[in-house]
Amino acid sequence: MDTLPVAAGDAADPLTPAQLRELYSLMVAVRHLDASAIAWQRQGIIPGYAPELGQEAAQVGSGYAVDTTRDFVFPTYREMGVARTMGVDMVAYMATHKASWHGGLYDPVKSRLAPIQAVVAGSVLHAVGWAHGQTLAGAADGKLGVALTYFGDGASSQGDVHEALNFAAVMKAPVVFFVQNNGWAISVPTERQVAGGSVAARAAGYGMPALQIDGDDVVAVVEATRRAFAHARAGNGPVLIEAMTYRRGPHSTSDDPGRYRSLDEERDGAGADPLERFRQRLLAEGIADEAFFAEALAAAKAEEELIRTGIQGLDSRPGTEMFDLVFQETTPVLQGQATNWREESEHV
Amino acid sequence: MSNSMLTTEAAVNGPVTTTVMSMQQALNRALDEVLAENPKALIFGEDCGRLGGVFRITDGLQAKHGEQRVFDTPLAESGILGMSVGLAMAGFHPIPEVQFDGFAYPAINQIVCQMARMNYRSRGTMPMPITLRVPSFGGIRAPEHHGESLEALFAHVPGLKVVSPSNPHEAYHLLKYAATRPDPVIFMEPKSRYWQKGEVDTASHDPAGGSPTGAKVMREGRHLTLVAWGAMVARCLQVAELAAEDGIDVEVLDLRWLKPIDAAALAVSVRKTRRAVVVHEAPLTSGLGAEVAQLITQGCFDTLKAPVERVTGFDVPYPSGDLEDEYIPNIDRILFGIQRVLEYKRG
Repeated sequence: MDTLPVAAGDAADPLTPAQLRELYSLMVAVRHLDASAIAWQRQGIIPGYAPELGQEAAQVGSGYAVDTTRDFVFPTYREMGVARTMGVDMVAYMATHKASWHGGLYDPVKSRLAPIQAVVAGSVLHAVGWAHGQTLAGAADGKLGVALTYFGDGASSQGDVHEALNFAAVMKAPVVFFVQNNGWAISVPTERQVAGGSVAARAAGYGMPALQIDGDDVVAVVEATRRAFAHARAGNGPVLIEAMTYRRGPHSTSDDPGRYRSLDEERDGAGADPLERFRQRLLAEGIADEAFFAEALAAAKAEEELIRTGIQGLDSRPGTEMFDLVFQETTPVLQGQATNWREESEHV
Repeated sequence: MSNSMLTTEAAVNGPVTTTVMSMQQALNRALDEVLAENPKALIFGEDCGRLGGVFRITDGLQAKHGEQRVFDTPLAESGILGMSVGLAMAGFHPIPEVQFDGFAYPAINQIVCQMARMNYRSRGTMPMPITLRVPSFGGIRAPEHHGESLEALFAHVPGLKVVSPSNPHEAYHLLKYAATRPDPVIFMEPKSRYWQKGEVDTASHDPAGGSPTGAKVMREGRHLTLVAWGAMVARCLQVAELAAEDGIDVEVLDLRWLKPIDAAALAVSVRKTRRAVVVHEAPLTSGLGAEVAQLITQGCFDTLKAPVERVTGFDVPYPSGDLEDEYIPNIDRILFGIQRVLEYKRG
């Protein structure tokens, strides 16, 4: 499905060989870090993690279209690949999985990535509000900042998603709704989750252009997201992209997919590995060679090691933060509780 | 709103800053001034633009400040609150309206999980300067869900502050104060008091003294303290007049802020009177009256002459108009409450 008018200008420019190689490097870094995070959980370095194996193309490709000087991204808890692509400090990002701080330790304002969100669909409306703020504030060059919001096929069942689509369409807010349809809402498959055939099909009901794309083809994802951004940035209102992908791993490190799908089903549903597909394409087109792939993997391993060391070096947060960060202007009751806590914990 | 009038009167009689107005007018004027003073302030919700709100609190504000500053949203409370969070992230100061208290329920996820937590979640980098106006409490014989008392629910949520004005003067100043704070404030407007008039001194922020987040003694008394907020303050003042005829000297404390609660003011009043009755419209069980009673116990245990009494609504769904007067604490029930603390004998 493609109901988005074809954009001119930058959005239509083909990716250069250097950009294609960069995309591959990002996908390898994300793949390697994702696999490592699961290992860290097994090793007791972090208590839990939400893997994204198989979604690297959807995440890297969409995150690649973000202009961090003016756009803002609203993730859920499974957008590590987006964060990495945007250049977010990955130790600070992973800190949420270390249970250091809900939402992570990165600076959301500076990094342009809203705090990690555990309520699916919770931040979809925030994207609409933020985007409407861009319309209200206006842009000197006429090019609006765009809100990119992520959610899944499961979250598309939530009322907030429908309210967000309707609000954004009524207000012509510059939002790109990026649906990663990974086939599963924990244990419930898409066909038992999404009525109406697809999430993208629903956009028509809001008078919103939509694209349903191969979310495992990183180049297709970049191109679609760029087109959607160009549309929203020019003040034409929101766009919905449904990237069809597959969650190859469990929902989280606590999940047992064997209880709801067989290995055969997994193999059939997942199709070709997006990373391997891209590698074959780069090889076939002569854009990269084995030496480049080896170098990219080595860089990913080195990066992962640095991140792991950083995570392991993270101390527990000081208890005072629990009290200090509730309000901008604290209350006497909270101050009193902080004082009591301090006195009583010092006497343990 | 009445700048020209003030200027004229000031020229003749010196500065006149006190005007008689209804709470609806006081709230409207406060919002008008907030919009004028803060270019980042935005008012939005259902029907608050062209119509001026079903209670006319935002009357004329869209015409004066433009459709970008005061606007109607689609009919979806979660959407309104979720959008507020995003606008706050973008540096705006949203003043959304939920049309009636009962319609805050569909937005609870956005209020509790998002608005109340974003400052914490973002480690203070994304403040939520949102003032959520909620026409609250009963007393107008409205349909179901158009009269509820949600203060205990809101006050229980970490990250929220809660305030309720009792008269036009308080409404004007508390709203102006709330709407300039960097944290989320639930502003509970007693809808049964919207059309009651009173003097508003627009110059003085707090003629009775105390901090902007403090409680306020509305009537001095020696024999016991009635603690109330919102619409119940006026009723308690009525009760105090009646009790005075029987020689009972009642002090009335308007709590104003339901979170944070001014525990010091409670202690000062009750250490003087040594008896207290808390009056609220909300159901009894786990209501805010229990919190107030505990704060009084803590601050005044050694001087209390009787356990703190509560006169409240009942643990029933808010009733239809026919039974509303039975549900909301009336003068007789409050007088019985007073009698119980005055006649208390240690066993």
